[in-house]
Amino acid sequence: MRVSFTVNGRPQEADDVWEGESLLYVLRERLGLPGSKNACEQGECGSCTVRLDGVPVCSCLVAAGQAQDRRVDTVEGLAGEGGELSPIQQAFVDAGAVQCGFCTPGLLVAADELLEHNPSPSDGDIREALSGNLCRCTGYEKILDAVRLAAARTGQAV
Amino acid sequence: MGITRTPTSLTQSEATRGGIGESTLRPDGTLKVTGEFAYSSDLWHEDMLWGYTLRSTVAHATIASIDTGEALATPGVYAVLTYDDLPTEVKHYGLEIRDTPVLAHGKVRHHGEPVALVAADHPETARRAAAKIRVVYEPLPVITDEASATAPDAVLVHDGREDHHIGHVAHPNIVHRQPILRGDADRAAARADVVVSGEYVFGMQDQAFLGPESGLAVPAEDGGVDLYVATQWLHSDLRQIAPVLGLPERKVRMTLSGVGGAFGGREDLSMQIHGCLLALRTGKPVKIVYNRFESFFGHVHRHPARLWYEHGATRDGKLTHVRCRIVLDGGAYASASPAVVGNAASLSIGPYVVDDVDIEALALYTNNPPCGAMRGFGAVQACFAYEAQMDKVAARLGMDPVEFRQINAMEQGTVMPTGQLVDSPAPVAELLRRVKSRPLPPERQWETTEGADVRALPGGLSNTTHGEGVVRGVGYAVGIKNVGFSEGFDDYSTARVRMQVINGEPVATVHTAMAEVGQGGVTVHAQIARSELGVTQVTILPADTRVGSAGSTSASRQTYMTGGAVKNTCEAVREKVFDLGRRKFGTYHPAWATAELLLEGGRVVTDGGEALAEIADVLEDEVVDLELEFRHRPTQAFDLRTGQGNGHVQYSFAAHRAVVEVDTELGLVKVVELACAQDVGKALNPLSVVGQIQGGTTQGLGVAVMEEIVVDPKTALVRNPSFTDYLIPTILDTPTIPVDVLELADEHAPYGLRGVGEAPTLSSTPAVLAAIRQATGLELNRTPVRPEHLTGS
Ligand code: FES
Ligand code: FES
Repeated sequence: MRVSFTVNGRPQEADDVWEGESLLYVLRERLGLPGSKNACEQGECGSCTVRLDGVPVCSCLVAAGQAQDRRVDTVEGLAGEGGELSPIQQAFVDAGAVQCGFCTPGLLVAADELLEHNPSPSDGDIREALSGNLCRCTGYEKILDAVRLAAARTGQAV
Repeated sequence: MGITRTPTSLTQSEATRGGIGESTLRPDGTLKVTGEFAYSSDLWHEDMLWGYTLRSTVAHATIASIDTGEALATPGVYAVLTYDDLPTEVKHYGLEIRDTPVLAHGKVRHHGEPVALVAADHPETARRAAAKIRVVYEPLPVITDEASATAPDAVLVHDGREDHHIGHVAHPNIVHRQPILRGDADRAAARADVVVSGEYVFGMQDQAFLGPESGLAVPAEDGGVDLYVATQWLHSDLRQIAPVLGLPERKVRMTLSGVGGAFGGREDLSMQIHGCLLALRTGKPVKIVYNRFESFFGHVHRHPARLWYEHGATRDGKLTHVRCRIVLDGGAYASASPAVVGNAASLSIGPYVVDDVDIEALALYTNNPPCGAMRGFGAVQACFAYEAQMDKVAARLGMDPVEFRQINAMEQGTVMPTGQLVDSPAPVAELLRRVKSRPLPPERQWETTEGADVRALPGGLSNTTHGEGVVRGVGYAVGIKNVGFSEGFDDYSTARVRMQVINGEPVATVHTAMAEVGQGGVTVHAQIARSELGVTQVTILPADTRVGSAGSTSASRQTYMTGGAVKNTCEAVREKVFDLGRRKFGTYHPAWATAELLLEGGRVVTDGGEALAEIADVLEDEVVDLELEFRHRPTQAFDLRTGQGNGHVQYSFAAHRAVVEVDTELGLVKVVELACAQDVGKALNPLSVVGQIQGGTTQGLGVAVMEEIVVDPKTALVRNPSFTDYLIPTILDTPTIPVDVLELADEHAPYGLRGVGEAPTLSSTPAVLAAIRQATGLELNRTPVRPEHLTGS
């Protein structure tokens, strides 16, 4: 089947999609957007997190067909047109929140969404918002640091 | 800017700009936050096929027949391979003992063993075709523990063993056994005022790296193959892959692709040979990516263990002796079991002074999943048990557990049970003092002005308590881990460094085969090159097999070894630059001949700070290019009867204090804080060092309260191969991890550094267990602790 939806603001189309294919597979293998990761393909790790009409979802659990005519935002869409990093991306680099980085795309999408509706989250809020995203390398401390840093920087900018 | 950060403290000697000692940022950071960094599972090639592995559904059986006909006839399928298709006489591989079949031959020895391979044009086609392969198994009795393995009539997991351990084990189902005898434990026991013994069980832990096993094999025109893969040690893979393919090593060109974590789980081969076989058979590029289910079968795990300990002490708190026996379950294939045994035995009593010991460690062959390397490597299991023992002895003596440890703490000059002198700082008592002196988190930390924050309580968002029935406990532990490869292994690393002028500026290029698995080695290499060569521009080339071996990214060794190799080659390059300078400018200034020279800020300077020349003017069109090997001090094998020998290169130490809150009614544990103090010798990159310590601490927390691969004791089948049933700590399960970093130089190591990665994984687990014991009064002799262990139901 053919599936068409908007990815990071651009209309995209994928042909010959087999009905069992996940949105994650179509993004990674058919649309050349491998930024969303495939750590479990079971809906347990959050490494595949994208936003579907603005709402964070595990794209491994979404059938590609369900995305038809909808808006999908992935990690590849976070940076600006000129490639400048978004505040949350920059904060992850600066705070040392990236080690192997396999969890990073999913965490960035989830954290970006958190800061969008809660610009100065408490630690409890951050933990709750990111509780669906596993990281095996960092022990999460520097991920917390990164979200706090992004929130503080953005708050200052306003 | 008023941003809260987890408190970390570092007493640092010195840092240079962009050089060692500074928290420079990862060179791959930007690629990793934009999604552009290419992990092994992201690779793509025009015309590529997808490989899939059919795995055994039983743990121990003979294979009566395999019928691949229907699978081969499936449209879209290009190849189906079994053992009979292997191209050469070499059909097995292994890290130390070549006992693992590339594909099962007549028999399977564990659940999930590779039996056949399929290549097809879509991953789902490959999966469905594999499901059509008919394998007829005839069950064999399963060996699952020491009793079944060593019974006189036990079925042998491996017939006709010829490896170099078979001569010193009591049964062919024992991979390797290492005793350590020193002093006279019987006589010393007579002096003891208290004797405490205990039996402990350590569950099977999974590395659970997030990036699945994956890679892309591309057939080449010369009949060879190019393999892009996530691994920990390119050259060790190469040594195992090439003979199976029947190719000379130079025709198997390996390049490291992005690695999504490793923690020991990528030390053994996974898809490497399989991908190459399919690519060579089909003449097309083949990509293999495991899903999480398969990943649980696709790599070795941490050895589960049973441990028996007896500690004696005098009334004034001095240990008299330790007797222990550590039985590790190595599963169906040897993997790293022999080395894990050596570690478990030699580090079995912990960082304490005990002159009289009687130690035995061994690993079994069973039909359980194969076990091998995981962060902490044999020292983790022992630490869990000896630290529980230390608390028990302290309690019997009526002493404070930290004070009791400090009385017995080893220090520089202590002799290990192996007879090896500890000849660099060993600040065990100080590390304990540091975690103990830290203020405790406030009692009832869950209370807010708006009532209880359930996220800070046991049970968390499931909202099971608002603080009623919640009891606090505090526990301590400290551990010792060896750094680098031990027991006489020729452990070396190679670095190639090139220096040349590009656009008027001196640029250094560093090429090693070091596997960057997330630890930040690439950051550190650039820092070293900047410090040693006085340049700002450093290019780090991708790791591949065109340069000599870097050894494994394991055993906390890469900063020491490949960092050491980069330093060593940079020093040689620097000498060449000085030689060039002397030839060109020596006649103009006597300091070229008389002064100590340095490279700093793009110049040749004297140690007095006088600038002699620009590096760019010294080099002009010359390129200085060297590739050199670097070795640590040689080590010795442990004597097979007494365990004596200078087996280790270096030790590293960490201590933890855990604060937990337990809902005793429901058996739920909330770890509130897990503070760590560690000596790192020299923090080349403090930010990365702290990240390593926090990550290692969290893996230790995981195996304390949640992580365990459950294997059915009757069938040896794995019951929970998924992230739904094998839980790793989330951000809600993980507490604040304050870190206190000490820098006491080891004069034998580059920059005085001490390997960092593993030590924090050791003491984290027993500290959490100790805290839960204090909160509940329960004995808790197994890890992980599950709710039913706390409620007794
Ligand atoms: S890959 Fe989708 S949740 Fe893990
Ligand atoms: S950085 Fe490796 S999983 Fe998070």
